[in-house]
Amino acid sequence: MAEYKRPSSLMPMATGYCPGCMHALATRLVADAIDELQQADNAINVVSVGCSALNLYSWKGDVIGSAHGRAPAVATGIKRCLPDRLVFTYQGDGDLAAIGLAEIMSAANRGENFTVIFANNQTYGMTGGQMAPTTLIGQKTTTTRFGRDALTTGYPLKMCELISVLEAPVFVARYALNSVKGVQDAKKGIKKAFEMQLAGKGFTFIELLTNCPTNWGMNPLDTLDYMNTNTIPYFKPGIYKDKEAEA
Amino acid sequence: MVSINSMMCKGCGYCIKFCPKHILEMGKERSEKGHFYPVMTNKDACINCAICALMCPEGAIEVSSDRA
Amino acid sequence: MEKRFMKGCEAIAEAAVLGGCRFFAGYPITPQNEIPEYLSWRLPEVGGAFVQGESEVASINMVYGAAATGKRALTSSSGPGISLKAEGISYLASAQLPAVIVNISRGGPGLGSIQPAQSDYLQATKALGHGGFRAMVFAPATLQEAVDLTYNAWDYAERYRNPVMILMDGCLGAIMEEVELPEMKETTFENTEDWCLARVGGRTDSHMITPILPEPALELLNKGKAMQYKMWEMLDTKVEEFMLEDAEYVVVAYGIAARVAKEAILRLREEGYKVGMVRPITLYPFPKASLDNLDYSKVKGVIDIEMTIPAQMREDIELQVKGRCPVHEYGRSGGMLLDDEGVYDAIAEIVKGGE
Repeated sequence: MAEYKRPSSLMPMATGYCPGCMHALATRLVADAIDELQQADNAINVVSVGCSALNLYSWKGDVIGSAHGRAPAVATGIKRCLPDRLVFTYQGDGDLAAIGLAEIMSAANRGENFTVIFANNQTYGMTGGQMAPTTLIGQKTTTTRFGRDALTTGYPLKMCELISVLEAPVFVARYALNSVKGVQDAKKGIKKAFEMQLAGKGFTFIELLTNCPTNWGMNPLDTLDYMNTNTIPYFKPGIYKDKEAEA
Repeated sequence: MVSINSMMCKGCGYCIKFCPKHILEMGKERSEKGHFYPVMTNKDACINCAICALMCPEGAIEVSSDRA
Repeated sequence: MEKRFMKGCEAIAEAAVLGGCRFFAGYPITPQNEIPEYLSWRLPEVGGAFVQGESEVASINMVYGAAATGKRALTSSSGPGISLKAEGISYLASAQLPAVIVNISRGGPGLGSIQPAQSDYLQATKALGHGGFRAMVFAPATLQEAVDLTYNAWDYAERYRNPVMILMDGCLGAIMEEVELPEMKETTFENTEDWCLARVGGRTDSHMITPILPEPALELLNKGKAMQYKMWEMLDTKVEEFMLEDAEYVVVAYGIAARVAKEAILRLREEGYKVGMVRPITLYPFPKASLDNLDYSKVKGVIDIEMTIPAQMREDIELQVKGRCPVHEYGRSGGMLLDDEGVYDAIAEIVKGGE
């Protein structure tokens, strides 16, 4: 027997996301974790640019919008001034892994004591589905009409793998939101990252594999299978670094 | 008891897909926003696992322990 | 009041701390490195935070975050770095966040030169970033003035919820002068608690700080700001008027150029020539009235002296002179400095040629 109540950090209305968009699911999971930790009045959501920016309007708690890719820098400024607050960035893959690569790597390397929630849907959703740094080889987008070609565009960036080789981060994990198990694990992972931040342990990074039914051109239900056969084999879910477990 | 807020539901169908008892199906009526939304076909068979709520992107589903 | 012999950049840094600054982020660039170097040890002493950013872009966005908490935040840079900060400064303006940006300017354009220049007037006063916004620009000519303007900069930033820029060339950043340091200001959230992220003043509601707005709200913000810019003009314009009463020639210069020009004016006065000076202390709002209200039945010429070529302040001057007398310009550029002889000769040629 289980109970579930809509988290208090969300506005009492539908999000601005498309039907079946896992950005909405990711946002809700973050809000769930915040409720469970009773941090609704203490959390600060640092929103970035792209579909992730729609978070601005569904978030009831303290929230700040930042420039494209710069959320980790903005969060650095906030957390250094308000060290007792639960600070997290909510970023997409274009934001975090392309234009904001310097900011995310540097914040991670400094071991800033905040949490990054990284929604990886392998496309620029807000601008209409262009190739993202995480777009899979062969995946069609509006700027890779015949599928992403590694010869001219390189390979999808694996952020968990990159960040986990840095010394400072304390928890780095990737979860896929297309299954019950994946969502349950993601919820636990987000909560753990927040707990580690509240204990002052350091930089925590949660990558959530998500979908984009609209720009993938798929029914939401079809994206679930697509993720199993395409996304998950390349972006392998798992815990890439856990300093607590190592200790 | 499962309650579905039709004003928040966008009809993606994840709850229907993941319900272990297969007792949710897409309804025939549209919400005020124009989406079809799921309805429960057999309340007695519901085990209150809350997986439907867990998988709902919009937080449109709430589950309480009382059975109605 | 403590008196100290200080270098320009360090004087600004100390004045910032005394003025309540508790956060700095910046990236190394000559000729402003003494500011971050000084604050890296000074801010922790007073419970503040110093971050050396991975870039100017990151640094201005750290300042954006810090300013959002309601604390007093600062960044500093020079020409090329200010260009990189442009996006972030525009975001500060749109999210209505108070912060102070120091530009210790150098030769431009491009990587330009690390030597002093006044090459960023247009950037500072007209286009600090995209989108059409303004910021107050303070241009000190002495280190004491730099200390006083920096010390009070956040009061303006917070009053108007807008970024403020201090524009000072590399000469002033590098020279040493005696300065009188004011008392340390009490750090408080008094001016920021109504909107900031810090949960102060017993608030329980949440705050949203956003650089993006629905179209009608954005237009409303812009209309409000337009009125505010007019208000700055009326209330906050700062200018030094020097020997204008009987002046037949009026020099317009700011910062280091004004100091050099003043020497030339005094020399010409000794020779019996009636030369005066308008020295803008706020470049924006520009001291329009000082030039508009000159007695043009007496004034035979206005001379714009700047350490940049071509002169950048000239259009602002011409808009006030309104064709009532000729406007001349003289400058050096690219890191080549204005010197006493050059400035004297340039002014003297115009003044004596007019006889």
